[in-house]
Amino acid sequence: MNIPQNLSYTKSHEWILFLNKTTARIGITDTAQQLLGDLVYINLPEVGDTIASGDSFSDVESVKAVSDIYSPVTGVISAVNEELKDTPQLMNSAPYDSWLIEVKDITDQKELLNAEQYAKICEEEEAH
Amino acid sequence: MSYIPSSLKERQEMLQTVGVSAMDDLFAVVPSALRIKKLKLPSGKSELEVSQMMHKMAGKNRVFSAIFRGAGAYHHYIPAIVNSVIAKESFLTAYTPYQAEISQGILQSIFEYQTMICELTGMDVSNASIYDGASAAAEAMTMCRERKRDKVLISAAVLPMTIQTVQTYCNGNGMTVELIPQKNGVTDLEALELLLNDRSACVYLQQPNYFGMLEAAEAIGEAAHRAGAKFVMGVNPIAAAILKTPRDCGADIAVGEGQPLGMPLSFGGPYLGFMAATTAMIRRLPGRIVGETVDVEGKRAFVLTLQAREQHIRREKASSNVCSNQALCALTASVYCSAMGPSGLQEAAQQCHAKAHYAAQQISAIPGFALRYQGEFFHEFLTETPCCADAVLAKLAEKDILGGYPVSGGILWCVTEMNSKAQIDALTSALKEVSDTCN
Repeated sequence: MNIPQNLSYTKSHEWILFLNKTTARIGITDTAQQLLGDLVYINLPEVGDTIASGDSFSDVESVKAVSDIYSPVTGVISAVNEELKDTPQLMNSAPYDSWLIEVKDITDQKELLNAEQYAKICEEEEAH
Repeated sequence: MSYIPSSLKERQEMLQTVGVSAMDDLFAVVPSALRIKKLKLPSGKSELEVSQMMHKMAGKNRVFSAIFRGAGAYHHYIPAIVNSVIAKESFLTAYTPYQAEISQGILQSIFEYQTMICELTGMDVSNASIYDGASAAAEAMTMCRERKRDKVLISAAVLPMTIQTVQTYCNGNGMTVELIPQKNGVTDLEALELLLNDRSACVYLQQPNYFGMLEAAEAIGEAAHRAGAKFVMGVNPIAAAILKTPRDCGADIAVGEGQPLGMPLSFGGPYLGFMAATTAMIRRLPGRIVGETVDVEGKRAFVLTLQAREQHIRREKASSNVCSNQALCALTASVYCSAMGPSGLQEAAQQCHAKAHYAAQQISAIPGFALRYQGEFFHEFLTETPCCADAVLAKLAEKDILGGYPVSGGILWCVTEMNSKAQIDALTSALKEVSDTCN
């Protein structure tokens, strides 16, 4: 299981990297991409959209399923990773390099997990 | 004969196995007040009696020897092979495949249909078809919706039934619909430019339009794209054989009523909605899509593809709830196109065009029947009428001619390859008589 120490995590398998206090990048974890399987498509939001913590901002499609991606923060989308539109498989091969969106003006955030806490959740889920 | 395949004895055995004594006991949980005691239906009839009854009812239909009416449904020749192929039971009685990949024959027939629709429209991808031209148009509007773009601009020169269907869909999905005015029988480009803004999701244009006129499709498409909106074209598939393809006109989506491709008029249905789009829009295309692949032995095979778009996977986020298609009508269209071939389709289109222009020339020369609009048209044209349209049509009906369709105080005429010169001349002389009595 690949869970980098420098990132924060959510129970719904997103990772978040704070670039500074109010700006962060969000992606999906290695566990998420393994659970989803080969990703073939991603619906990304637009720059300038506001998102609220807990909202779905994107969905990813594998061959037989579509899954929502949830934002752990409230803020304004300042960038989207356009590269993923043409090569969604990057989320499979390099999940922690493949950020989906960058959010600025963050005013609120959900309780985030550190790497250890997230690893524990993944283990528990696997046990079920 | 009875259509219940199990015998009385077998049914008794089944009831015994589940532990009840009579069939009615199975419905004991339904309160008796809700149970229907007896249906008010006549007792059964013999096959002979049913046949006689149906013939009597069918006899009430008025079948005209000459038809000059279109307005959305078109009278074309259907080669004999079309009905003999589609009458095969394996096609005729099969519903849309649920265990899709086990039905390779049906999937292949749909794949061939999709290929022909792509060739006819010039688009990259086609779905397996939907109900009819109007619902295809309405589904296309939904495809164009963006988070910040929810306004549909539809030309006033579109078939009214299509406009109404688009309005119905948009009433439910929260998009707003605005009509682009028409000027001289075609969509008013200047008015369109004023209506376009950053809320516009798409512009819908019909080619040829409701009045039979040819639209400046490319210019309208360019205007739509300049404003960041999608461009959707509704096309007549016969006219598409000789006109510039929707793709060449810049369309993002091409839809249309497929009835002219081998389906009889049949009092309005069943018809066929075709939908094709650019690759960029494939994931928004509703309904089923058949794809070509290879099986484990490397042989050509067909699959239902991109199913994650559909509502059984995407659930409430699916942009459409279409999960079926008009398989038999789609097959009819592909057999028709195969029988006609590209040159046959072009010839049918050219005959429609040539005969309609001859008829327009003859009719518009009669006092009171001037052409309402000047400009290029395909196989329909709108004329004035010297007295009320219904009176004119009644006079024609006396001569076994179904006249054009009354449209905004005039008459919309349609001429296809089915109309001989003799028919057109008979129509012209009948209209001359009408003109004389009116004036």
